Amino acid sequence: MSALPVERPHGAPAPQEPVLEIRNLSVDYGYDEPTHVLRQVSLTLHRGEVLGLAGESGCGKSTLAYAATRLLPPPGLITGGQVLFTDRDGTQRDVLALSDADLRASRWQDLAIVFQGAMNSLNPVHRIGRQIADAITAHRPGATKKEALEKAAELLDLVGINPDRARDFPHQLSGGMRQRVMIAMALALDPQVLIMDEPTTALDVVMQRQIVEQIADLRERLGFSVVFITHDVSLLIEIADRIAIMYAGEIVEDAAAQDVYRRPRHPYADGLLHSFPPLRGPRRELGGIPGSPPDMARLPSGCPFRDRCAHAFDACAALQPELGPSAVAGDDPRRRVACHLHTPELVERAGFTPQPLPPSLSRT
Amino acid sequence: MAAELISTENAPVAGEATAPSGGKRRFLWMRNAKALTGLGILAFFVVIAVIGPWIAPYDPDERSSDLLKPPSWEHWMGTTHLGQDVMSQVILGTRSVLLIAFVAGFLATFVGIVVGITAGYVGGFGDEGLSALSNVFLVIPQLPLIIIIAGMLPSAGGLTVAVVIAITGWAWGARVLRAQTLSLRKRDFVEAARANGEKTWRLILAEILPNLTAMIAAGFVGTVSFAVLSQITLSFIGITPTDTWNWGTVLYWAQAQLALQRGAWWWYMFPGLCIALVGISLTLINFGIDEFVNPRLRSTGLNARLLRRRGIRPRIGFTPVVHEAKEDRA
Amino acid sequence: MRFFVRRFVFYVITFWAAMTINFFIPRIMPGDPVSALIAANQGKISPDAIDALKALFGLDENTTLWQQYVAYWTHLFHFDLGISFSGREPVVDILARSLPWTIGLVGIATIISFTIGTLAGVAIGWRRGTRADVLLPISTFFSTVPYFWLALVVIAFFAVRLKWFPASGSYDRSMVPNLSWEFVGSALYYGTLPALTIIVTSVSGWILGMRNMMVTVSSDDYVTVAQAKGLSERSVMFGYAARNAILPQLSSFALSLGFIVGGTLVMETVFSYQGIGYQLLKATSAKDYPLMQGCFLVITLAVLFANVIADLAYGVLDPRTRQEG
Repeated sequence: MSALPVERPHGAPAPQEPVLEIRNLSVDYGYDEPTHVLRQVSLTLHRGEVLGLAGESGCGKSTLAYAATRLLPPPGLITGGQVLFTDRDGTQRDVLALSDADLRASRWQDLAIVFQGAMNSLNPVHRIGRQIADAITAHRPGATKKEALEKAAELLDLVGINPDRARDFPHQLSGGMRQRVMIAMALALDPQVLIMDEPTTALDVVMQRQIVEQIADLRERLGFSVVFITHDVSLLIEIADRIAIMYAGEIVEDAAAQDVYRRPRHPYADGLLHSFPPLRGPRRELGGIPGSPPDMARLPSGCPFRDRCAHAFDACAALQPELGPSAVAGDDPRRRVACHLHTPELVERAGFTPQPLPPSLSRT
Repeated sequence: MAAELISTENAPVAGEATAPSGGKRRFLWMRNAKALTGLGILAFFVVIAVIGPWIAPYDPDERSSDLLKPPSWEHWMGTTHLGQDVMSQVILGTRSVLLIAFVAGFLATFVGIVVGITAGYVGGFGDEGLSALSNVFLVIPQLPLIIIIAGMLPSAGGLTVAVVIAITGWAWGARVLRAQTLSLRKRDFVEAARANGEKTWRLILAEILPNLTAMIAAGFVGTVSFAVLSQITLSFIGITPTDTWNWGTVLYWAQAQLALQRGAWWWYMFPGLCIALVGISLTLINFGIDEFVNPRLRSTGLNARLLRRRGIRPRIGFTPVVHEAKEDRA
Repeated sequence: MRFFVRRFVFYVITFWAAMTINFFIPRIMPGDPVSALIAANQGKISPDAIDALKALFGLDENTTLWQQYVAYWTHLFHFDLGISFSGREPVVDILARSLPWTIGLVGIATIISFTIGTLAGVAIGWRRGTRADVLLPISTFFSTVPYFWLALVVIAFFAVRLKWFPASGSYDRSMVPNLSWEFVGSALYYGTLPALTIIVTSVSGWILGMRNMMVTVSSDDYVTVAQAKGLSERSVMFGYAARNAILPQLSSFALSLGFIVGGTLVMETVFSYQGIGYQLLKATSAKDYPLMQGCFLVITLAVLFANVIADLAYGVLDPRTRQEG
């Protein structure tokens, strides 16, 4: 088995068919008095794109990814929703509806996760070559151990690690190398979707850059779609096609990366983007967002961001915002924002006075 | 909470548990059913130990003509081959068992604390030396050593036994405490206190010791358990003088008089049950402490049944899916 | 490599320490043990034996402590452990006769117990909240009863009442020890009850320990990763979880060897099983000091040796030890 590159002419826009669709996913944490950490969240990953999932710690971005693959540890509980995976030939299946046996059989082939390459993600008592190979032997009964180990060596080479190190143990590798091993492991069965959970967070800046470039290079050659989870929005602006920003268990903005960067439509997104200085370009005033994220067990009514929002008004305490189109004319119709400033009719129907969009949220 | 998926902490250091902070946490262990049951049983025996001489129906040495009789109204636990009342022997035996066990426990724990914390805090050669010392005592088989020492003493009664047990049993606690002290020492709050110029002994007393209470408690309970067993074993083999009554002595006589072959089951059943009950109570207390320190160990117990009914089977790697979502978007 | 060297040095030191303790114990005992012994044996001890006793207790006026210490070690390396008072034969002979029995009994019983306990612990720890959890309190109960009490109960029930097994002895007395099948069979028959008692009381410790380690290890990331890869349940449970959980278990196994041996000692007495423990306790009652010391020496050596093996196994199983940082 060798890696087959997917031919895509440079400059052509990625086809817009969805490969992974999360619909109304609800997740609780705790069985007796559960905290509703995700409430009917919807997100779509299209084939060939890089979708960035950003937000502060505790906002639920990792929870979303793990729940979508049923890898949430106890006491996590999925209470509703669907996760539809569309295969290359068009067949669809709901990951959450699969039986345990079917799920186990299908894992890693359609969708793989690149875990944080921390010391704990690799089994300390097995050699790394074996850890890559066992995914192969588990799903390809025809492959012999020798073949699987050869493939493992190939994958290590692919991510820039000397294949001779396949006989090393995890504690003999540096942090950056471990992260690459995790990537190699994820690619073992040529998946269509790669979910990357904070792949660069534990690394220094130089290593971060290398890993990110490596991922971009691999994407060019193998053509998978990526969900890139991180709290580092600036990183996403560079590498993602689209960015979804989460806050307190909900997606608050979902748009193309450049749109989010230059023309944010949600107050939180706007605040986030003004929280870090750009390396190039004119100096920008560093903003920040006052306050701190809410306790998920005690969410305020209505919009969870209203306590920290500079533009909150009365409707925000009463109505929960839903993801909808942006109210700014000329915006990409596929953009989504969850903010009452963009839904004046809904606000009016509920009996409140709609507020106009502030200029910071209506740049063009 | 949900985002703490990736950060895991293997070694459960006391105090890292995701439990309510400060004062509330101190009382969590009290609400633990296992620990409470254990404490209850132990308390019962302590009471017996204290009021023993007043409630024992007979003088344990007093002979009677009811030789080797099974339990009856006059003798609730039957009689020995000399007509002595087994129950009185058991009741009076409680005091010596518990007293010696607790004394041994205190001594061993104290030595363990001193050695363990010093080794963990000081580091370097002091640590190496003390660790080597405790490792040596750990590896040398304890009961044979106790037997040798006690056997060579002219008379090995009461507190001597306690001291001997403490000498052989302190090493385990020392080791555990050393490991914990080592990891605590690297923590920020200790470094901060040191940078502030806080005196070493005050640091240890104020910062390190409070975090070790759970471990110390567990160690103490474990040592008491070990002491009970050792003591009874010593009496059973006849090394400690057979004139003071404790449960081991009762068993010694039972075995010497071939109680088994004579079918006098009451002679060895009752003392044995008492030993087992004390042992169970101590183990339960230890479980309670264990679960408090490492919340992952808390058994699902009653909840397991409820979860099964809802169709939820919590497993690593297969998050349960139920369709109970009641949240509706406004 | 460094790991093994360190452990080896440690064991040498421990051996030296144990033997030194063995040397000093009779010398620091209060009172005059020699006269007490003579009185106890009503003057039936030969002058040679009295001299040997004096030497043992350091009451020999002609030598210094250091000379006695050197003499002690010299004797040790010549395998000369003195003459037993009660048996009137060289201590070494008595020990050589009894040791195989103890090792056989303890070895087999402990291995069986560890295996069963670990496997059960893996199963219970992996699937939490199942009905198998009821095993935990049951086995806990058995772990708290003293070995010898359970032995008494077992004898009373299986030997006296049901007469399925013999109540005492290590083999049929009418036979002479040899390596025939008949003899081996008899040895196994007589050893069943003692072995059973050891297994029942010690298995719960292993179950509990392994269960706790499985629970702790299961929450480590690499187990989730293994599940994410879609590996079979067995692969994850054994290859990832159990394989890591067993490491601390091995360490605690090594440390508990001393304790296991202790429990077996008493059991041998109850069953009149002629191993080292039986000899030690008989010697203690008879105040046969050379034999006592000899038994302690052998027991300690055996425990140290078992520890070495356990350490070797740990070094093999945990690759992180091969590279001491």
